[in-house]
Amino acid sequence: MKRSMQIFTRPWIWSWLAAAVVFAMTLALTGADGATGLAYAALSFGSFAAIVGLGQMLVMTLGPGNVDLSIPATMTLAATLGLKVMNSEPGNAMLGLGVALLAGLLTGGMNVLLIFLLRLPPIIATLAASLVYQSVAIWSNRGLRIKPPEALADFATGRLIGVPNVAWVALVLSIIIWIVLERSLWGRWLLASGQNMRAARLAGVPVQAVRAVTYIAVALLASVAGYLLASFSGGAALNMGSEYLLMSIAVVVIGGTSVAGGFSNVPGIWGASLFMFLVVSMLNSYGAGAGLRMVLTGTIIIFIVIAASSRRGRL
Amino acid sequence: MENVASGNAPIVTLTDAEKHFGPVRALDGVSLSISPGECLGLVGHNGAGKSTLVNLINGGLAPSAGQITYTDALGKDTLNPMSAGVRSVFQELSLCPNLTVAENLRISHSDLKGSGWRRRAREEISAALDQVFPGHGIDAGIEVDQLSIAQRQMVEIAIGFSPRGSTARLVILDEPTSSLDAGIAEQLLDHIRTFCAAGGAVIFITHMMGEIFATASRIVVMSDGKVVADRPTTDFTRQGLVDAMGHVAANSDPETQSEKRVLTEEILRTPQGLSAHRGEIVGLSGLAGHGQAEALARLYFESTSSWRSLGSKSQMVFVAGDRGRDGVLPLWSILRNASITVLGQGKWLLDHKAEVEFGKTWKERVGIRTENIDNPILSLSGGNQQKVLFARALASDAPVVIMDDPMRGVDVGTKRDVYRMIREEAARGRTFLWYSTETAEVCECDRVFVYRNHEISAELTGDDITEDQILAASFEMQEA
Repeated sequence: MKRSMQIFTRPWIWSWLAAAVVFAMTLALTGADGATGLAYAALSFGSFAAIVGLGQMLVMTLGPGNVDLSIPATMTLAATLGLKVMNSEPGNAMLGLGVALLAGLLTGGMNVLLIFLLRLPPIIATLAASLVYQSVAIWSNRGLRIKPPEALADFATGRLIGVPNVAWVALVLSIIIWIVLERSLWGRWLLASGQNMRAARLAGVPVQAVRAVTYIAVALLASVAGYLLASFSGGAALNMGSEYLLMSIAVVVIGGTSVAGGFSNVPGIWGASLFMFLVVSMLNSYGAGAGLRMVLTGTIIIFIVIAASSRRGRL
Repeated sequence: MENVASGNAPIVTLTDAEKHFGPVRALDGVSLSISPGECLGLVGHNGAGKSTLVNLINGGLAPSAGQITYTDALGKDTLNPMSAGVRSVFQELSLCPNLTVAENLRISHSDLKGSGWRRRAREEISAALDQVFPGHGIDAGIEVDQLSIAQRQMVEIAIGFSPRGSTARLVILDEPTSSLDAGIAEQLLDHIRTFCAAGGAVIFITHMMGEIFATASRIVVMSDGKVVADRPTTDFTRQGLVDAMGHVAANSDPETQSEKRVLTEEILRTPQGLSAHRGEIVGLSGLAGHGQAEALARLYFESTSSWRSLGSKSQMVFVAGDRGRDGVLPLWSILRNASITVLGQGKWLLDHKAEVEFGKTWKERVGIRTENIDNPILSLSGGNQQKVLFARALASDAPVVIMDDPMRGVDVGTKRDVYRMIREEAARGRTFLWYSTETAEVCECDRVFVYRNHEISAELTGDDITEDQILAASFEMQEA
C-alpha cells in the first residue's frame, strides 16, 4: 500500500500518466487497432523532443535565468552543414555526424563566450546568437535541399525489435546523461551549482566551468537532434528547428525538472516528449482545428505543470 | 520645530521590556526613558541587544514582556511610535536604488500625493539635506544608484530628520557615520547637537568613542540584553566606558586553556595584513559588519578558482556562517551536502559505497542527530546543519580552514564539540581563520586581528588577547 502510493511522489510520474491518458483517449476514438501505429509514431517523433529536452534540462538545472534559446538554430545549422558535407554520397554518414557535432561545438562555444566574456544574460545571448547561426545556415544552404545518403535515411526511419532506431539513439543518450547526473562528480557539481551557485562555489565546485560545459553539452545534443531529424525527414529545412524552441522547454517543465534549478529528471523528459506528440495527435483525431489545438495544448500543459508541482509541494 | 518641547514628558518609556527569540533572551528586562532634548549614546559589544532595543522602540518588534509607551507632541499618551515622531536611520542602507532621492522620501511620507508631489518631495528633501549637511551637492532628482555610499547615507539621515507631514521628535541613528568622512560626520554631529538643543531627542549608536563623548548627553551601556550602566556622559571616562562594556558575564569554556605553541612557518599573508602560521588558530574580531566576513570571502575566492577544481591540491575550505546564503544546498540529503567538497578531491565516477561509508564515519565524528543521513538537510536543526558544514570542510585535506562566524545560532553542546575538533585539527597542523562575533571565542585563538571600518586596526598575540584589548581596538579612541 505504502509503496504503491509512494510512486505518486515521483516527479516523473505525472508526465507518464498524462501521456497514458491521452494515448487511451485517442484510441477510444480510433479503435484499438491503431495502438501500435500510434505508439510507433509517438516514439519516433518523441525522440527528437527527448534529445533536445535532455539538453535543455541540463541548462535549466543550472538555475533561474539559464536557458538555451539557440537550440532551433543550432539544429538547423548542424543539419545543413552535415548534409552539405555528405552530399548524398554513400559512406559519408560518420563524416556528416562529425561535422554536425563540430557545428554544435562551435555554437555552444560561441554561446559560452557571449555569456561569460560579454556577461550577457543567457536568454539574450542565445537568442541573439541564434540569429547568427540561422543566417550561416541560410548562407551555406542557399535554398538547396540536399537529400541524406540513402543508408542514413534508411537508418533514421528504420526500426530494431519494433522500436524506431531514432528512439534507440535517444534512449542511449538518456542513459548516458542519467549516469552523468547520478553517478559522476560532474553531475553532482551541476546539481549543486543549480541549487545555490555561491554555496557551491564556497564548497569548492568550479561553478563557471560547470556552466560552460553545460552550455556546450546542450548545443551538442541539439546538433545530434538536428542531424537525425534531417536524415529522418529527407533533408534539412530552414524552419526545421522552430517547433523545438517551446518543445524543449515544455518537456523539461512537464517532466518534473525544477525550474528553480538543482534538480533534473531524465525519465520525466521521455514521458513529456511522448505526451507532447500524443496530445497533438489526439486533438487531430477529435477534429480540432489548428487554433483550438494550440489553445487546448497550452491549457493542458498548464494543468499538468500545476498537478506535478502541487504534488511536490506537499512532500 | 514648534511644539516639540511640550513639557518634559519622556517621548518613549520602556518598563521591564523583554524580547525572546525562542530560548534566546535578546533583551532581558530593560527599563529606559528618553526625554526631549536628550542625546542618548547607546554602546555595547556584538549581541548586547542594541538592535533589539532599537527595534522595540521604533515598533519593528513587539516586546515579549514589559511595556513601551510613547508621548506625542501634544503630550498625549500613545502606543504608536509613528505618531510620537519616532524615526530610524539604519546602517544597512534601506533606500530603493532605482528611485530618485525625492521618490525615496515618498516611501515613508504617505501624505505626498496628488499632482505635483514630486516637486513638493524635492523641496522637502532638499531642505532637510541643506539643514543637516550644508553644501551637500546632492540633486534631489537623481536616482539613488548614481550616488556614492556616503551620499546615500546622507540622504537616509536627511529623510530621518525631515518633517514628513509631522515632526521628527526622536531620531534613532545606527552607526550613521561609518561611511561618512570626518567633515561630513562633523556636520551631522553639529546637527544632532542643534536638534537636541531645540528639544528633539536622538539615540546614537556608534563605534567612535570620540563621537559619543562629543554629542551624547547620556550614555547607556548594554551587555547581554541588559542595561549595565546608564549615566550622564560627564560621569564616564573613555577607559571607564570600555571597561563597562567589557564586563560580559563570561560564558567562556573553562576547559579551553590552549597552550601557546611556538609557530614558525608562515603559510599565508594577504596584502591587507592578515597572516597565519601552520597549525595556528587565527581569530578575526571587531564589531559585526566591519569587513571581517568580506575579508575571508575575498581570501577564499582569490585562492580558489571557479574554472578549475584543484582536486586534492586545494589549499582552502570554507565553513559558512550564513548557512542559507553560503552553505546549505537545500534540495539535497545530509550525505550529499557533507560529501560535495571531498568528492571534488576524488575520481570522476562516484563510488556509492565509499560515500555511504564516509557519511557514517562523519555522522559519528561530528555527532549529527538524525536517524538517516539520506534525510533532507533541511530536516535538521540549525546547529546540526552547521555540523554537516563542518564535516564537509574538515573531511577534506585542505590545510587552511576558513570559518565565517560559524557558531551563529548553535547550541552550547555543539559549540563544545566543535571547539574540541578545531583544537585537535590545529594540533595536527591545520590552520584556522576564524571570524567570530563572540569575544569569548576569539579569546581562545593564538592570534587575533581586530577589524574596524574594513581595515585591520590591531593584531594581538599571546597574553594581549583580552576582551578589553579587543574592545579598545574595535572602537575608535581618538576624537572624531
